[in-house]
Amino acid sequence: MKPARFAYQRAATTEHVLEALHRSGGEARVIAGGQSLVPMLNMRLARPALLVDIMHVAALSHVDDDGARLIIGAGVRQRDLEMRHDTAARQPLLAMALPWLGHVQTRSRGTVCGSIAHADPSAELPLVLTALRGEVHLRSRRRARRLPAEAFFTGMMVTARAEDELIEAVSVPAVRPGTGYAFREISRRHGDFAIAAFAAVADEKELRLAIGGVAETPKARVLPTDQGLDDALDTFAWNLEARDDLHASARYRRELVRRIGREVVLAAIRDREARALKEAT
Amino acid sequence: MSRQAPAVLDAGQRHPVRFTLNGRKAGGEAEPRMLLHDFLRHVLGATGTHVGCEHGICGACTVQIDGAPARACLTLAVQADGAEIRTVEGLALAPDRLSALQEAFRAHHGLQCGFCTPGILMSLDALLRERPDCGEAEIRETLSGHLCRCTGYTPIVKAALAAAEALRVPHHA
Ligand code: FES
Ligand code: FES
Repeated sequence: MKPARFAYQRAATTEHVLEALHRSGGEARVIAGGQSLVPMLNMRLARPALLVDIMHVAALSHVDDDGARLIIGAGVRQRDLEMRHDTAARQPLLAMALPWLGHVQTRSRGTVCGSIAHADPSAELPLVLTALRGEVHLRSRRRARRLPAEAFFTGMMVTARAEDELIEAVSVPAVRPGTGYAFREISRRHGDFAIAAFAAVADEKELRLAIGGVAETPKARVLPTDQGLDDALDTFAWNLEARDDLHASARYRRELVRRIGREVVLAAIRDREARALKEAT
Repeated sequence: MSRQAPAVLDAGQRHPVRFTLNGRKAGGEAEPRMLLHDFLRHVLGATGTHVGCEHGICGACTVQIDGAPARACLTLAVQADGAEIRTVEGLALAPDRLSALQEAFRAHHGLQCGFCTPGILMSLDALLRERPDCGEAEIRETLSGHLCRCTGYTPIVKAALAAAEALRVPHHA
């Protein structure tokens, strides 16, 4: 499998990228690590006229931490974020999920924002972004805007990004005191796409569970912590409108939502208690 | 003002690509759509890197790009311009002296047909360098990025553990 023909431009600044996207009238695609896009090119599911390589744009290649949020630039590779000594301390859910992305051989090249742009319904990063109420930072020559994850992911591998927009960064809230996190993925083998993946955030105000791999986009719900939990999970399971596929039946996926979903929210509550204890000492 | 926009490499034309291959300068010409494994094999004649699925699943094409294991089939040759590439041809210390990892694969039957082997060696070589005291769990996690249809993986795990051990306690001649 070989890609169809395209031209290639190695951008040096963000302006170059925006200019190329603006001029191409939808025929250009941004390439970062290429771990989602190149398979699409090889299978000729994507046939852009121009690829704009953003990996040499210095302004896009860092993680900024303003105390309240982590802002992850479009050029930041998944493996680099995984290996940063402070990722787990700054946003535990991100650190829990990163080892589950593909394989070390794809994380070494793949970027965080690239996986968000690809918007595979069973991918881990769109799920984490949804669970954390993260935002996607979009920029074009016309405007800059930020979209909450749930507004950005509009369908299976479909997003609200306009053709001339670059995902400049994604941001997630940094860890807050009194918050617990949990992540779990069910797949046949490590590195396979998730049959269902779960990310939960528990703080003093709410218990939030996000699920990927079942519906067309990751979905999140605020759940009750009392005896209403099981009913709420059951409703959530049905609302996801799971479908049968090669990997699992819809019924199996609903059962995962009920059982694993419950375990994951309880794990987030335990994590919250453990962190509170640590903060107190 | 932004700097002048960089050149667009036209589709359907060949453009120079240069990088370091196993410590030596290497170069040739590639269309933008050429994948790195095809560039290595067909332009540079370095056929040690194998090609299986061409969409990132099997791991046969794994090479090291700037020190990290990566899929050559998910990398364009033009993206690799200026990078440091290491392939299976770069592992042996001399034509008649295998690396500790290669030696361990031989001793523990870590290969049968050998199709998956170059990719697996490049992943494990990077792992052993980064984490010399790695154990079976990490080795298996690294191997999860590779498919082997012959060995059942157990001899590969044994070979990797033996290589880690040999590298920790260098033999005296
Ligand atoms: S050929 Fe690259 S992963 Fe299969
Ligand atoms: S030795 Fe034959 S595929 Fe691994």
